[in-house]
Amino acid sequence: MERALNKSRLILWSSVALLFVLLPFVFPGGFALSILSQLGIAIIFALSYNMLLGQTGLLSFGHAVYFGLGAFVTAHAINFVEAGVFGLPMSFMPLVGGLAGLVFSLLLGFVTTRRPGTPFAMISLGIAEMVAASALMFTTFFGGEGGIVTNRTAGGVVWGISYGPQIQVYYLIAVWCFISMALMFVITRTPLGRIANAVRDNPERTQFVGYNPTRVRWIMMSLAGFFAGIGGALTTINYEIITAESLGLMASGNVVLMAFIGGIGQFWGPIIGAVLVTFLQSFLSNFTQAWLLYFGLLFLLIILFSPGGISSLITIHAPVWRAGVMKRLLPSYMFALWAGLVTLTGIIGVIELLYRGTLVVGVNVAVTWVFSGLLVLVGAFFLRRAIRAVTQVWEDLTPELARWS
Amino acid sequence: MELGERMNQHALALVDVRKRFGQTEIINGVNLEIVAGERHALIGPNGAGKSTLFNLISGRFPVSSGSIALNGTDITSKEPQVINRLGLSRSFQINNIFPKLSVFENLRCSVLWVLGYRYSFFKRTSALRDAKESAERTLEMIGLENRREKMAGELTYAEQRALEIGITIASGANVILLDEPTAGMSRSETEVAVELISRVTEGKTLLMVEHDMGVVFDLADRISVLVYGEVIASGTPAEIRMSKKVQEAYLGTPIDGDEE
Amino acid sequence: MEFFLITLLNSLSYGLLLFMLSSGLTLIFSMMGVLNFAHASFYMLGAYFAYQTGMVFGFWPALFLAPILVGVIGAITERYGLRKVHKFGHVAELLFTFGLAYVIEEVVHLIWGRAPVDYRIPESLNFTLFTLFNTQYPAYRAFMMLVSVGMLVSLYLVLTKTRIGLIVQASLTHPEMVQALGHNVPRVFMLVFAGGCALAGLAGVLGGNLFITEPGMAFSVGSIVFVVVVVGGMGSLVGAFIASLLIGSIQTFSVGFDLSFIDLMAGLGVIIDSNSSWYAGLSITISQTAPVLPYLLMVLMLIVRPRGLMGTRET
Repeated sequence: MERALNKSRLILWSSVALLFVLLPFVFPGGFALSILSQLGIAIIFALSYNMLLGQTGLLSFGHAVYFGLGAFVTAHAINFVEAGVFGLPMSFMPLVGGLAGLVFSLLLGFVTTRRPGTPFAMISLGIAEMVAASALMFTTFFGGEGGIVTNRTAGGVVWGISYGPQIQVYYLIAVWCFISMALMFVITRTPLGRIANAVRDNPERTQFVGYNPTRVRWIMMSLAGFFAGIGGALTTINYEIITAESLGLMASGNVVLMAFIGGIGQFWGPIIGAVLVTFLQSFLSNFTQAWLLYFGLLFLLIILFSPGGISSLITIHAPVWRAGVMKRLLPSYMFALWAGLVTLTGIIGVIELLYRGTLVVGVNVAVTWVFSGLLVLVGAFFLRRAIRAVTQVWEDLTPELARWS
Repeated sequence: MELGERMNQHALALVDVRKRFGQTEIINGVNLEIVAGERHALIGPNGAGKSTLFNLISGRFPVSSGSIALNGTDITSKEPQVINRLGLSRSFQINNIFPKLSVFENLRCSVLWVLGYRYSFFKRTSALRDAKESAERTLEMIGLENRREKMAGELTYAEQRALEIGITIASGANVILLDEPTAGMSRSETEVAVELISRVTEGKTLLMVEHDMGVVFDLADRISVLVYGEVIASGTPAEIRMSKKVQEAYLGTPIDGDEE
Repeated sequence: MEFFLITLLNSLSYGLLLFMLSSGLTLIFSMMGVLNFAHASFYMLGAYFAYQTGMVFGFWPALFLAPILVGVIGAITERYGLRKVHKFGHVAELLFTFGLAYVIEEVVHLIWGRAPVDYRIPESLNFTLFTLFNTQYPAYRAFMMLVSVGMLVSLYLVLTKTRIGLIVQASLTHPEMVQALGHNVPRVFMLVFAGGCALAGLAGVLGGNLFITEPGMAFSVGSIVFVVVVVGGMGSLVGAFIASLLIGSIQTFSVGFDLSFIDLMAGLGVIIDSNSSWYAGLSITISQTAPVLPYLLMVLMLIVRPRGLMGTRET
């Protein structure tokens, strides 16, 4: 059985690798390529964050610190290479960022991991503020408002790769993303990864089987910092500029959203979150100024109704799928989808009117107000019924599913 | 006898251990020696400080004064993991397991340190044959083979109780502290548990807190009676049964009857 | 001397403002175990509500209306949000308030825009109370202190003298027991949450016009309040009080010092050569480091005394 599992895992990982190779062919063009590059970085960052929240139970609000510091150190390293201080092929530059992330998370993590739970969350936020404030003080290192500018072709041409064209940068990101994903997955399967789960669930008991939970948290945080630093380094290479914004509270909050929306309970959850959030950010921000608000509302909805994130929505349907009773759920789902869309349209109408309505005055505005309000009311009315219908079907299904498992 | 000498000869030696919480002294000067290889029961009325004493020995709380030695090594107020690594393992009165890990994983996590894997993140856990075998041995011992992949939090109470003991003994510690292992169990479950305890503590030193006098007289080689934070009597079950002091402390309740 | 006295008065008023925020946060935390990340967002709402209602009714009614409005929003948040996520555990609760902070900031963008609004100190309080040596002391600062102290005293009285205060105190330590005695603990929770939010709202009314009313104010004050609570010790009102004043003075005093570290070291007899590689780093003035100092204090505190000044609980 174990061999069969290994085989299917091998197939899965090779398909991921193949996907990474093929994506630029499926989605050619500059815009697609830049989105794909962003995706790779976001996936590394979100997965590294989940080493803290999902695996060790550490709710950090300052993970971007290690991402950002890794990025800045890499920027300086690239500039040193350009100035001829030392030589390092650009392909290995992400290691510099990773090591920087590791060093800083070792240092700061020593302080922050002394206390778990809520204090950790507050302290991580405080540390993030401290680093963000320092970034404005030490302008030599952080470059002030303008940030640090680099040149990704500084390493020259190695094996025919100059990192001039974006496609080469994409493949650099893809390779490092794949390596990081694989390593982070492997870590979940090591003694440390297992004990981290144990520390998350019941830190006290781990002490009575010989472990020091503080030490476990510290090591996990350092490793997470390492991978975040790799992500940061890739950002520097990708954009050739890095500003203090990348280690700020917004960036830290963003990765919390990614991991949580995707789901922290499964290894692959944050990947979904990273993809979804990056897409929404890139596309929504083109259409509306209120995209951050939609984002926050989505986040609140997920906490209120599906705290396991999108990945848990998928996993709870696995037994339904296996039992072959998916079609019983479908009618109520379609009903809920319809009611949800109606409500959503109404809400979008109201929010957009609030943002723009003050600018355009006319009859149409009034009509749209009434119409949107109506949609919200009608949608909400049916949505309540739909949710009740869905709950009912699930209740009917539960005993059947129990027989199946 | 010299103090140091006395501490050397025993699996556990407590010398004048005291614990205060604020103004109240819960443990006031306990002297207790547990001989290596014996099964020792700690009994006493509710609130006597039995669980507190366990917490002091296992490092959960620091002592206010006094000293505790494990196999001759001073462990007074050391951190729990340090004491555990020296070969003392304990269970809890209220189930204290890893609820979201599988039963097997619970047991495997409990042997990783002792097998020397520490904080390793270079080895795959599934490739660690010794950890797997050790966890499986314990699994079989506590009779949960058919629950192997179940989440520990989903087990029945009695099964969780068994797992609690399993986690405690998995590492092969030679001094074992069990805090009310049969608490909340039915008669038949208790019988199974007693049999389990006597099997898994074979050749080890056992100190246990227990309210069920049937269990105590079945299992214990020696008994100590703790009343108001003091050991008022120590001896073989027969001696304790006869002791005037103990009978007074229990206000005339028959010791070998049903004490619930 | 002059600088010292005036700065001392300023730190006192700022510290009291911080305490108005940290006391609500502490009460909510020790009672419900929830750290309200959106606490400073309620502070921001207080300022904006005061600005809006002030335009209609004037400052004095706004001083009462705005905190009440904020309190009502707090009650709704607790009843329909927090109470629902409670069953998912502390992380979910924390993240809920975090997401709420996010949403509130965006809603403020939506309604009042991204630029600061013109929320001013009322004319009736915009005069010089007294002149100390050569510095004029504004009346509004004194008024702020007065309200803060008044609030402090009434909070103390409510907690110690009234029935509801006693129930709150009892619920802090023994919620099950209080419930068993027939008190409606969920409702007490809602009241405490609403009360804490109203306090934050009041702080917003007072602080919004003294400093600046803009969408970023929540995050900048929020993290300082967290520092206060960590330094003071989670769940301790006394600790929060001491830490509020301490951090209030650190921030106020450090902003006033225009000395650089090089000057300081020169004072100690160490002259740093301007060609030295340390020069750039050390030429930073103390006032430039002001934003970082509270966090440094927090880090120091965590190393020396992880529980905080008056903290009793570890988590």
